[in-house]
Amino acid sequence: MKDNRPVNLDIGTIRLPITAYASILHRVSGVIMVVASFLLLWALEQSLASPEGFASLGELLANPLVKFVVWGIATALIYHSLAGVKHLIMDFGIGETMEGGTLGARLVFGFTAVSAVLVGVALW
Amino acid sequence: MVTAVTSLSRSGLSDWLVQRVTAVILLAFFVFVGVQIASGVSYAEWTALFAQTWMKIFTLLAILSLAAHAWIGMWGVFTDYLTERLMGSRGNVLRIGLQLLTSLSLVIYVIWGIQIVWA
Repeated sequence: MKDNRPVNLDIGTIRLPITAYASILHRVSGVIMVVASFLLLWALEQSLASPEGFASLGELLANPLVKFVVWGIATALIYHSLAGVKHLIMDFGIGETMEGGTLGARLVFGFTAVSAVLVGVALW
Repeated sequence: MVTAVTSLSRSGLSDWLVQRVTAVILLAFFVFVGVQIASGVSYAEWTALFAQTWMKIFTLLAILSLAAHAWIGMWGVFTDYLTERLMGSRGNVLRIGLQLLTSLSLVIYVIWGIQIVWA
């Protein structure tokens, strides 16, 4: 590979379409999940270790800050999953046009918003 | 910029497929566990579930999938933004450093996961 290949797309100078925001958020939510996986593994360990550990997780969830972190992780996971399913559908050649991509991005944003509210209701 | 040496399989087509297979496994795992938690589980039910061999295998499969999926995903992010073009030569140093940190963390996740599920 050449080191200094020309770059013909300077995204900093382009007004981004909704599909670009969907893609960026897919990346951001993925990075969040890599870090959150540490917390999820810790929670799994605590929940299986002893009845006290299981109960202490329940008590931890009463803390508003913990609730917010759990809500954030759940929302990131839901968004990342829905955007991933959209990707798989597009891999089968469905919705690959600009209109299809826009509709897909809107559906993923819409379903995530509804899910985020439902998770919030369940937590608070 | 040489990036292929740090990709998971050294092949873009193979990484592409691994990313999708692991995604489906992770989706199945999170949906299954999510439904369990949402329906409310006691400590006894929770430990009984994870005591079964199929659940231990399912969980370890999910953790291995997470490691591969995160490796491929983070490689994509790092090699897109932490580059010589965008950041100069310190982009290379930062990228390799963070890639090492990420892969090390993911290997630790797998070992920790085995210990949680099988200890």
